[in-house]
Amino acid sequence: MVKQIKKRHSMESKGDQLFHYGVIALMTLFAILILYPLWFMVIASVSNPDAVLNGEVWLWPDTIDFSGYAKIFADPQIWTGYKNTILYTLVGTTLNIILTIPAGYALSRPNLPYRKYIMWFFIITMFFGGGLIPFYFLISNLGMIDSFWVLIIPQGLSVWNMFMVKAYYESNISIELIEAAQVDGASQFRTFWSVILPISKPIIAVMILFYAVGRWNSYFDAMVFIRSEELYPLQIVLRNILIVNDNASGGITGEDIYERLRLANQIKYGVIIVSSLPIILIYPLVQRFFKEGFLVGSFK
Amino acid sequence: MTDSVNKQKKQTKSYTQYGVKRNWQLLAMLSGAVVFTAIFAYIPMYGILIAFQEYNPALGIGGSPYIGLDNFFRFFESYQFQNLMVNTFLVSFLGFIIGFPLPIIVALLLNTLRSTKLKGIFQTIFNAPHFISVVVLVGMLFLFFGEYGIINSLVLAFGGERISFFLESSWFRPLFIGSGNWQETGWSSIIYLAALAGVDPQLHEAAKIDGASRFKRIIHIDFPAIFPTISIILILSIGSLLSVGYEKVLLMQTGTNLQTSEIISTYVYKIGLTGFSEPGYAAAIGLFNALINVVLLIIANYSAKRFSENSLW
Repeated sequence: MVKQIKKRHSMESKGDQLFHYGVIALMTLFAILILYPLWFMVIASVSNPDAVLNGEVWLWPDTIDFSGYAKIFADPQIWTGYKNTILYTLVGTTLNIILTIPAGYALSRPNLPYRKYIMWFFIITMFFGGGLIPFYFLISNLGMIDSFWVLIIPQGLSVWNMFMVKAYYESNISIELIEAAQVDGASQFRTFWSVILPISKPIIAVMILFYAVGRWNSYFDAMVFIRSEELYPLQIVLRNILIVNDNASGGITGEDIYERLRLANQIKYGVIIVSSLPIILIYPLVQRFFKEGFLVGSFK
Repeated sequence: MTDSVNKQKKQTKSYTQYGVKRNWQLLAMLSGAVVFTAIFAYIPMYGILIAFQEYNPALGIGGSPYIGLDNFFRFFESYQFQNLMVNTFLVSFLGFIIGFPLPIIVALLLNTLRSTKLKGIFQTIFNAPHFISVVVLVGMLFLFFGEYGIINSLVLAFGGERISFFLESSWFRPLFIGSGNWQETGWSSIIYLAALAGVDPQLHEAAKIDGASRFKRIIHIDFPAIFPTISIILILSIGSLLSVGYEKVLLMQTGTNLQTSEIISTYVYKIGLTGFSEPGYAAAIGLFNALINVVLLIIANYSAKRFSENSLW
């Protein structure tokens, strides 16, 4: 069998071989296009800021200088933001998982009562919503503005993610498995807890990644609902460092802006690295679960 | 595949218990999700009523006077209307023209690689930007495309003059769309790769023996295999043609690029939640936008149903 396959490969036409190398070349080009900006931030964050601004840093850092990072870690705002974001992400993702996994499982069961109506109840919200203003009023009426919980509770459930869990269970759990448990006298709670959950690791891992990254990265709700600086998540601190300053200096050019840029840019490159580090570390660990086909959510 | 599932269902149907009494525990597992959706998705839908009111915070939704469709007509007649519609549509449509085929091409090409290891490495790299936050992404844009950014260094090296990318409104769309594709192309290709993984290898073997080249096999085997997925994504994209998120656009706006960067959702945010707020008017604009999206989605789904078997419902 192996020999046969090898033979087929060697039988491959010249044209196909050329095509194959062409694809590899093109994909490598894409990969460089994606990696280079990321790499540039790393080298720019440790290089001499003058060299970066003069366009002298391209492939390697000209020096290894951690003074930018020293300034970043000396900034109490960064520490507060970091601490808050870790807290928002941990508490929030826990809530997400508790809400999403059992619900996705229940939706995947054909014997769920009123299944069709419940599905529509959720589907409608994917395509239509009240919009920003009524949402703001709701939060305001719930008395959650400028509180810790405003960044936890309203984002408790993503219907997209729940449908992904449903699709996962539909294609990965056989009816026999569930019925075997129930013939043994297990209740549905018990079945879910001791039969389903132990074989749900891949989908739980992916859900944790999706929700956690979403929470780590979100800024908009905090911008709208959080007023107190001690509640700022990291992304708001980042926004103030990376973007608001730039906007403010939008009209100024020349020496003035150059001097400010020189001081600020090294910090900006560094702060991007510092804030993205946890995600960069977690992502490869969960990546291997992606290839399973459950990203294809099913509406039916 | 579905056939065997159906058979399974038939065979075991007698064991599966139906009815509310027997399945209340399943409903209980769902209750949290239902409650959260009811509160955070359906109550705001009720709140839409303020779009038809001259909203007065002191009177609330229950007490504010109704003014019919006045808020809507005010928007249609405002000088902002045309500009907002064009900006929203253009940034979305141009993004779609480039962003829709790109992941399909990437998936089809990646799928031709024999080495699963190589495929895995490429995928890991292509997916990575998806996990970067919008704040960081726009921060990177400001750094790279700033007055003294690396792009301007490149422009200078080739004998050009510095370009103020963020001060000129003509650069907003290319930057928005380009960075969007940089970030999402790999991620969007996953769904197609999943569909391609289901293609029977025997089809390829048979075609090979008949002398079909790799390129021909992409066109005649791989592409038809992912066509249903393509149709679904196409329907969803058409349904969101006028829903450009405010998160990234708000961050990319500078005082001087508003001519192209002000879109419906950012405008709603500004007049509804900042400055001299007019929540009723803002909610009306938001509702108008949402309704267009629903209508587009229904039309797209209806046409897909008529001309093929691939539709959402």
